[in-house]
Parts: sequence; C-alpha cells; structure tokens
Amino acid sequence: MQTSSPSARTAFDAIVIGGGLVGAAIGYGLQRQGLDTLLLDEGDIAHRASRGNFGLIWVQSKGLGAPHYQRWTRGSASEWPALAEDLQARTGIDTRRQQPGGVTFCLGEEEFERRSEYMAQMQAEAGNFGFEYRMIRAAEARDMLPGIGPEVTGISWTPYDGHASPLHLLRALHEGFTGLGGSYLPNAGVADSTAAPNDFSVHAAGRRFTAPRVVLAAGLGNAALAPRFGLSSPVVPERGQILVTERAQTLLPMPTVSLRQTAEGSLMIGDSKENAGLDTVTQSPEIMRSMARRAVRCFPWIADLNVVRAWSALRVMAPDGLPIYDQSEQFPGAFTANCHSGVTLAGTHANRLAPMIAAGALDPELSLFSARRFDVPATA
Amino acid sequence: MFLPRPEPRPATVEVFVGDAPVRVPEGATAAAAVLLAGIPAIRETPVTGAPRLPYCMMGICFDCLAEIDGVPNRQACMVEVKPGMRIAPQHGARVAKVEA
Repeated sequence: MQTSSPSARTAFDAIVIGGGLVGAAIGYGLQRQGLDTLLLDEGDIAHRASRGNFGLIWVQSKGLGAPHYQRWTRGSASEWPALAEDLQARTGIDTRRQQPGGVTFCLGEEEFERRSEYMAQMQAEAGNFGFEYRMIRAAEARDMLPGIGPEVTGISWTPYDGHASPLHLLRALHEGFTGLGGSYLPNAGVADSTAAPNDFSVHAAGRRFTAPRVVLAAGLGNAALAPRFGLSSPVVPERGQILVTERAQTLLPMPTVSLRQTAEGSLMIGDSKENAGLDTVTQSPEIMRSMARRAVRCFPWIADLNVVRAWSALRVMAPDGLPIYDQSEQFPGAFTANCHSGVTLAGTHANRLAPMIAAGALDPELSLFSARRFDVPATA
Repeated sequence: MFLPRPEPRPATVEVFVGDAPVRVPEGATAAAAVLLAGIPAIRETPVTGAPRLPYCMMGICFDCLAEIDGVPNRQACMVEVKPGMRIAPQHGARVAKVEA
C-alpha cells in the first residue's frame, strides 16, 4: 500500500542509523542534497555521546602522525562558519559558535618543551598546507588570558580552534533536518536488516524501511552493526568526565583544550580519559579532583567558583583514535561514520561527507580513514 | 505574601535583606528571611534577566541565589542565618575575581 504521508513512508533515498551529532549532521547534509532521508534514533537507552560532548571545535592537537586527519579536522573548522550560518538561517537556532583560536596550557618547563616539539612536528607534517601556531611564554600569555597561575610556563596557540554548544548544535541539526523534509524516527533502534548492493532494508520501531543507501552513524553501536553491512568498525568506549561551574561573567576570550566558558557563562572543565567500560553513571572523585586541580593551576581564580554539575560520557574511539569512514565493498551504498569529535567534525560531515555519500563515492582523501587500516599486519 | 507558620520559636535573629532588617527564628534559613522581607525578587537570571525568589527551599532549584556576607551565588535556602548576616540580591552572573 503506497501513501505519500510521511509517517507511513517506508522507501527512502537514504537511511541514517544514529541520531546524534554525527548522524544528524550527515542526515542534514543528505537532505539538503535533495535525498529523502530517514534518521533513526535509538532513544534514551543509547549512550548519547553527543549529550556529553565538551563542545570544542578543536584542531591544534588532532592528527599528529596522521596529516590526513589534521587536514580533515582543519577542513571542518573552516566549514563551521558556513554550517552555523546555514543552521541559524533555517532554524533560528544559534549554535553559540565562536572560533577565536584556542590554547593549550603548559605547566612546568618540561610540558612547554614537549608541547613545542609536538607543535613543530604538526607543522612539519602539514607540509605545504601550512599550520599556523605560536608557542607563547607566560609573560605574554598573561596579556591574552586573565589571571594565569604562577606554574604556567606558556601556552600553545592556533587560530583554528573554537567552541560551540553541543546541545544547540544537535537541536539545530535536527530542526534543520526535519525542516527540509527529513523524517526523524525516535525510539527506533535497529532490529534486523538486510543488505544487497545499493539495496538495504532495516527493521526499526516495528516497521521495515528500505533505501539504496544506508549510513551507520550509531557511535559505539556501529561495532555490532557494521559487519551486517559488509563493514567493520572496531570502536570502543573511552570515558571522559566533565565538571561545570556556576555561571560567571565572561572572562575567557578563547577556549583551552580542557577548559572553556560557555556563551551563558558556565566554565566547563574536561579532557579526562579513562577506560571504564560502558559505565557513565559513576563519577570518580580522584579524576574529578585532578581535573579541578589542573584547572586551578591554570587559572587560580576558578577555585572560588562553585561546581554545580558533573557528568561522564563515552567517547567513541577507534584503536588509533582517528575517525572511521568507509563504503562497503561487498554492499556498495552502505557507509560508516565514526568519530569522537562530533562537534568539531560537524562542518565536514554536513558539508563534505554528506555530498560524497549522496554521490555514491568517498573522495580519495578519505581512503586513509577506512577501517581496512586495522587489517594490515603490523610491520616491525 | 509569606507569613511564618504559628510556632513557639521566637524571631530572635536579626539579619539584613538588602538594607532592610528582618527578624527570624534561630535555625531559619537565609531564604526564609528573603521571603519574609517581602521583596519582589532576590536575583535576576544570568541569561534572560528574569526575576526570581526562593522556590524549592531544599537546595535543588537555585532560584534563591543571593550574595550572602559578600559571597556571591550562595543558595540562600542552604544557609542558616547568623546575627547581622547581610543577604543581598544576586544580579545575573557572578563576577569571578581575578587577582591582578
């Protein structure tokens, strides 16, 4: 029985599995390309990495030893202004994007030396693409940032970094997607599915949907989904914790890798990394303490602020920490997209990756992100 | 708008809500003093500037934020009164004090 009512539609041009930042950005991009797209969202039983995101648009620490990742990340930061403007125009939602550049703090001389080497190596690997950065000594950094602590020996700075509100971004992508005619289905975890070249079906929310394209953007869920589509996505969780202070009048002119002040005035302290399985409920005091301590060593005045919230969430990590993008060789039309930087990479996901998926082929620049890189036996 | 319930505890502690003296029983909270003071708001929210008074009285809603004895953004419902305490309105986001 055919009907044009969207709620009863079952045939689409593309099905995106996963309604977080990655899936929503790709779905938005596909819909904007004119593809009738179905966005399946598992619901609140999902791990919801997008809800726990710190909110950086971060370039300066991404892709050492992997220049293709550095370029992809930089590319996304450069797509961000257009994406934010486009979302604002279509939905009226301000993603709170600010890209004034960003800094990484060095405490002690050794950290400054290590960071200097790191940044020099980043620049060397960037080749003719270039990589603008400065290592700035504490005396000068004091003029850029308020109330830096005495242990700070310096900072690294690049002009590419910034931040945004992950929740406003997610909301804007969803509104933008449905506003363009996309079909969003919540509480629709994928049950079974079938795969043939450019011909897929997916059971979700008690219904069967078909499309010639399917995009797996289910975060950690991709590990189990990918093999069903002739793909592989060996991602594992890495827990990060975040502390949030009460709102204070704006002091920080730019974000740091572990500390940012939101548009509303809250200070967010983050960047912890631990292996804790799928546990997002437990907060570990020793990690919270060390995060708070480092924040106070950078900016002693933070010690006066009350912490009003804390949470943990799970990053989606491939074995080498880089994103995974693939098209299935066995079943062309099936794609994977995995990363731990749903905010940073929203720009390229919506503006570059989605058009590639719509066209049916990933650009050669993405070939190094294929999960096939994990199949190569390590050489001595 | 708010009256204390009839109780034997005498209002023996004098505090200041803004500049107005208010007498409350020992053990009362600063938020109770705010309500008894009869003012229209104790804070304005940082983002939209909406006026607020104490609401939940149990440390959850943060609508009773006040500057108490010079410390900004304190939850008045979680603070017990002391003689001479100064409870001042919290106007928007607090200022973090950066040492020069």
